[in-house]
Amino acid sequence: MKRSSRVLFNSCSIWKLFAVLPYAAALALNILIPPVIEVDELPFRALLAVLTVYFGARCLFSLRGGPRAEAFGRGARFYGAVGVLFMVWDVLSSKTGVLPLPFFPGPAQIMEVIFRERGVHAMNCLYSLRLFAAGFAAGTLCGSVSGILIGWSDRWHYWLFPVMKVAGVIPAIALVPLVLIVMPDTFSTAVTLVALSAWFPVAFTTARGIHSIDRTYFEAARILGANDFYMLRKIAIPGAVPAIFTGISTATGIAFSTLVVSEMIGARGGLGYYINLAMGWMNYASVYAAIVIMAILFISVLTAINGIKNRLLIWQKGLVK
Amino acid sequence: MDRGKTETASPADALPVVVEVKNVTREFRDGRGNGVAALDNVSLSVRQGEFVSLIGPSGCGKTSLLRLIAGLDAPQAGEILADGEPVTGTSYERGYVFQQANLFPWETVEENIAFGLKARGVYTEHRADVAEYLVMAGLKGFERAYPHQISGGMAQRAALVRSLINRPRVLLLDEPMGALDSFTRMDLQEKLLELWQSFGTTMILVTHDIDEAVYLSGRVVIMTPRPGRISEIIGIGSPFPRNRGSAVFVELRNRVLKKFHLAGAEPPAEYAI
Ligand SMILES: Nc1ncnc2c1ncn2[C@@H]1O[C@H](COP(=O)(O)OP(=O)(O)OP(=O)(O)O)[C@@H](O)[C@H]1O
Ligand SMILES: [Mg+2]
Repeated sequence: MKRSSRVLFNSCSIWKLFAVLPYAAALALNILIPPVIEVDELPFRALLAVLTVYFGARCLFSLRGGPRAEAFGRGARFYGAVGVLFMVWDVLSSKTGVLPLPFFPGPAQIMEVIFRERGVHAMNCLYSLRLFAAGFAAGTLCGSVSGILIGWSDRWHYWLFPVMKVAGVIPAIALVPLVLIVMPDTFSTAVTLVALSAWFPVAFTTARGIHSIDRTYFEAARILGANDFYMLRKIAIPGAVPAIFTGISTATGIAFSTLVVSEMIGARGGLGYYINLAMGWMNYASVYAAIVIMAILFISVLTAINGIKNRLLIWQKGLVK
Repeated sequence: MDRGKTETASPADALPVVVEVKNVTREFRDGRGNGVAALDNVSLSVRQGEFVSLIGPSGCGKTSLLRLIAGLDAPQAGEILADGEPVTGTSYERGYVFQQANLFPWETVEENIAFGLKARGVYTEHRADVAEYLVMAGLKGFERAYPHQISGGMAQRAALVRSLINRPRVLLLDEPMGALDSFTRMDLQEKLLELWQSFGTTMILVTHDIDEAVYLSGRVVIMTPRPGRISEIIGIGSPFPRNRGSAVFVELRNRVLKKFHLAGAEPPAEYAI
């Protein structure tokens, strides 16, 4: 018994080392092999060095044990694999030229663009974020309000639910011509499109969420002396919050796509706009750079939304650790 | 706490009737559209301060009757009076405790207990009551806990005081202890007696448990199913505190059990030894 657990521990430690070594190896290879194209490799090396130190530190700290060490142990193989991927990709591109340019630039070229154009990227991120925040906030607000109305009142349900069912399946992007006519400029067009794409999933799940609240909560509240409006505020709305967040999660993805596409059709800034511009110049390294930044940005937004959700839903079983 | 108070039938007769059920019939449609008489011509009157238990096999209409008294449902025939007035809807004067504690999961224990006061707009005057009722329920220290963080027994105690904080004239209890283990159940029975004796609230308790009915109530109402009817009402005269092991208690319990048999109803499985 003791023996086998020891073996397990050892194999676990090997995996933990595996999370670090590929990054160190990639760094060494990158320094040793000269590139076949002209590229500033410093940003990529810096990235590899940072990752080596980061995973190395986590590996060291994980010797102490605890839940963080376990999480690291579980993730180690994956982190290592990403390191291997970096190494292979770098060798196949900048170091040997196996991957055809300009369509498949290497990680060093992408890092070079990200670093060199950091000011432009930061601006575009802010531009995209501003658009997303405006559109998404408007969309989720309208979505939850209309969802609550539809879920709460039979009359609203009668008139609005069929409309919503039909309108909900239309991709917001299909409405571009219409929205362009109605809205005065491209920014408000994009905001409207993002808002529309967030609206329906939120409204739909909110309405369904209110319907699925246990009827006895309403009965208990009524017996305790609550009137209709009080029940709306204290039972229907808080009871619908989990559903609202389910809708928000669905809406986030849809709203991101709408955001990028609407930026591609005539915005004057933003990551979608940048991708379009870079495509025009056949500058694929910039395209990939923008995609990487986009992924990081969207993951941050999702994490923030998740944080708000966990805050609001501490009353739910199993959500709090 | 007046635990020595005796409960005899005769002086209570002078007290006013709080709940009067008059020839009530309630039918439901089953899946095939046939009528099922959940209650058939049921009459019952309950006087102020009484503790009445409704007992009977599953499906005999106990919950249906309680919901009618609460005003959550309306009868097809007959009439229900509360303090002499016909019941047309719910009222905070007729509190209701559900089988599942049914606390609002998004509110803390404290907020749940204060719900009735806030809903009625009297929270500012009675703010101090909340702490007092928390203590009464033995939930001091759990004010900020959410319902999923407390035990089933604690949740039922919270649900009990959540109803009592409105000072209802009648408290309707639908198997509030059904989902609890026997120790927690006995604990809650004591709590219920204690609250009944200190508030004098009229109690109508639905239960599956003959012991519980005999231990707590002044009258035990035995119901039979298909159609739901009252077959027998047994007065329990013995004084409080009652002793579950005493000869008198066992005798009473057996009397109820026998009536149960005579009523043609299968007693609950735990008595079929
Ligand atoms: N909403 C309803 N729709 C249709 N039938 C119902 C409804 N409520 C109750 N019934 C029927 O009425 C009868 C009595 O039900 P009720 O819930 O009052 O019984 P009960 O005595 O409380 O039973 P239990 O001890 O299992 O809780 C049952 O046959 C049940 O199927
Ligand atoms: Mg029932």
